[in-house]
Amino acid sequence: MTLPRMRWLAVGAAAALFLAGCAGGTTGGTTGGTTGGTGGEGKPAAISQADIHKAMKTPTELTFWTWLPDIDKEVALFEKKYPAISVKVINAGNSQAEYTKLRTALKAGSGAPDVVQIEYQHIPGFAITGSLLDLRPYGAEALKDRFVDWAWGQVSGRNGEVWAIPQDTGPMGMLYRKDIFDKHGIEPPKTWDEFAAAARKLHAADPGVYLTNFPTNHNSIWTGLMWQAGVKPFQMKGADQISVDVAGETSKKLASYWSGLVKEGVVSTDADFSDQWFQALNKGRYATWLTAAWGPLFLSTSAKETRGKWRVAPLPQWTAGEQKSGNWGGSTSAVVKTTKNPIAAAKFAEFLNSDPESARMLTTLQFLYPPTKALLSDPAFVEQKSDFYGGQQVNKVFADISGTVPTDFAWLPFMDQINNDWNETVGKSLADKTDPAAGLDQWQQTITTYAEKQGFKVAR
Amino acid sequence: MSVMTVPPSRRASARRDRAGYLFVAPFLIMFVAMLVAPLAYAGYLSLFREQLIGGVRFAGLDNYIQALSDERLLDGVLRVSRFFLVQVPIMLVLALLFALALDSGAMLLSRVIRLGIFVPYAVPGVIAALMWSYLYGPQFGPITQLAEALGLPAPNLLSSDLMLGSVANIVTWEFTGYNMIILYAALRAIPTELYEAAAVDGAGAWRIAWSVKIPALRPALLMALIFSVIGSFQLFNEPALLQRLAPNVIDSAYTPNLYTYSLAFVSQDINYAAAVSFLLGLVIVVVSYTVQLAVARRRR
Repeated sequence: MTLPRMRWLAVGAAAALFLAGCAGGTTGGTTGGTTGGTGGEGKPAAISQADIHKAMKTPTELTFWTWLPDIDKEVALFEKKYPAISVKVINAGNSQAEYTKLRTALKAGSGAPDVVQIEYQHIPGFAITGSLLDLRPYGAEALKDRFVDWAWGQVSGRNGEVWAIPQDTGPMGMLYRKDIFDKHGIEPPKTWDEFAAAARKLHAADPGVYLTNFPTNHNSIWTGLMWQAGVKPFQMKGADQISVDVAGETSKKLASYWSGLVKEGVVSTDADFSDQWFQALNKGRYATWLTAAWGPLFLSTSAKETRGKWRVAPLPQWTAGEQKSGNWGGSTSAVVKTTKNPIAAAKFAEFLNSDPESARMLTTLQFLYPPTKALLSDPAFVEQKSDFYGGQQVNKVFADISGTVPTDFAWLPFMDQINNDWNETVGKSLADKTDPAAGLDQWQQTITTYAEKQGFKVAR
Repeated sequence: MSVMTVPPSRRASARRDRAGYLFVAPFLIMFVAMLVAPLAYAGYLSLFREQLIGGVRFAGLDNYIQALSDERLLDGVLRVSRFFLVQVPIMLVLALLFALALDSGAMLLSRVIRLGIFVPYAVPGVIAALMWSYLYGPQFGPITQLAEALGLPAPNLLSSDLMLGSVANIVTWEFTGYNMIILYAALRAIPTELYEAAAVDGAGAWRIAWSVKIPALRPALLMALIFSVIGSFQLFNEPALLQRLAPNVIDSAYTPNLYTYSLAFVSQDINYAAAVSFLLGLVIVVVSYTVQLAVARRRR
């Protein structure tokens, strides 16, 4: 029925296809070049300091795609340090919207930015199509020690390539309603067993309240919890060899745990970030929110009515006494392979995220959770107190959590598909209260089928 | 024949022709650039297959063969067919009743009402999504609240049983006004002599509506119907909006257009998406033509 509007959409999509088509010929060439350059096993030669020095003095204009508000302030710091270089900031839309534009521009062979914001999980997808510049020759390896290992691990390629510079992360923790806990005599659960017991106790005492909500509209929390439990679901074994293991023993344990709580009816499964979910947070329907380090600030602006009632704690653990967490979200700055100014672009990506002043601004202006060790141990950052959390040092809690994220978690080059398939298999089995193990097997199957169709050799 | 022997009048008409082409040129350019070229390109794309490993290869009609036996696509087509058969009659009857009521002049505040019915069409999709997701909300939505206040079990409007109805409701809300305007405009164009003649023959208001107005509306109704065929089979916005709320009910192949979108932008399979689009286009052409033929035959 959406005829007039649909027609626009169709035209837009058609135009995108059309644009993509104009460059059909050049795509092959670019990809071919890439394979010869960095796709091979060898490491590209380093750029000399003299060349870098010269490039940074040459008048240059860079284009930077990002969805962060007010990033101009950090960009200005860079322009002040390198007056010859100006950076044009373009908000190309949030994640998916930006990636679609980027893919179109890359296929068209023109219009792609020099530097682009990419989430960790989408780096392999852009790397495998030869769209990203390996930053090693520009000295990026020297930055390794400034970032937490697990963030650096996610920007590193199979052969040691550095595909991007980490910008922010989302180590996961648990936000909880102290007032609700106190009312029902519940201690913040330290293990998942305690968490399950608390869920039952709380819902029995007050049927209008759930200990937590487990959303089934995306798999971010699921993936974070797999990460915490030590599952390594995705691995690149070779240029065309991957392993997919989302339905192993640990995953099944995770599935039966959560589906058990859902079937008992002591945990809700509402779609998150929906109107209903926001209202539920404001009205005390959920007593905890399992979320990432960016969650506390997000909550303080979207559930203002609950000010002062929340506290922060690490995720419950599978084994008492252990400390492990997973990650949810976070982005990087990557340099697009087609850039005409690779040196300036690489240095900009580097500066933006590792220059002390710029990195600090990212935490105070855009409220990103930092991946740099310097900030995570900086008293001015970690000792900030938050009224919303009853004066707790929220950053400190997450800085400690950040140190407990397993380092060897990796992504596959087609996370969009994998994430989408989760909704229709595992997510669906949780929502419909059917057999979660079957959902996991189905997820494993759909990922494998897709990967094989894309030409990968798949191992379990 | 040399140029000199062409009669002056014919040369003038050739000049007129050229002027005519000049006038339609902007349309033609846009038509070719925005419709014909992308269509041709999509057709070309649908003959290939691209893999992350292995690159592009010519696939012939493989994509089409795959699409014809794609259960997810077939389910989607059947779903929108059911949707069409139920939702469109309701919407068009409502639009017709509103148009007749407004045209009769018996309605107070007819301008305000006319605008009121049309306004949903002007509401941007995102706003409509927020509004309906609030209204349909299973915990805090007003429908639930009302049911609870009356002591009735609250319907879960986002469950798999009721979802198609919930989508139909949004579409009806959005497009009744649009169709009403088409019908209303057609009603205003009926010569008043016809009414006078009918009145002379002793016809009352109801009789005039039934025997004069509705037959005269047939071309406009047919147009609205054809638009609705296309719209139903291209259903995208409303399910895409509700997908966020009920991702496990509305999967990525809930309607053929959602499926195409998901193939192109989630699976990065533009070639297969192009083939599916072409097949969907074919289905729409066939259904539209069948509808048109059926209506035309009845007229005879």
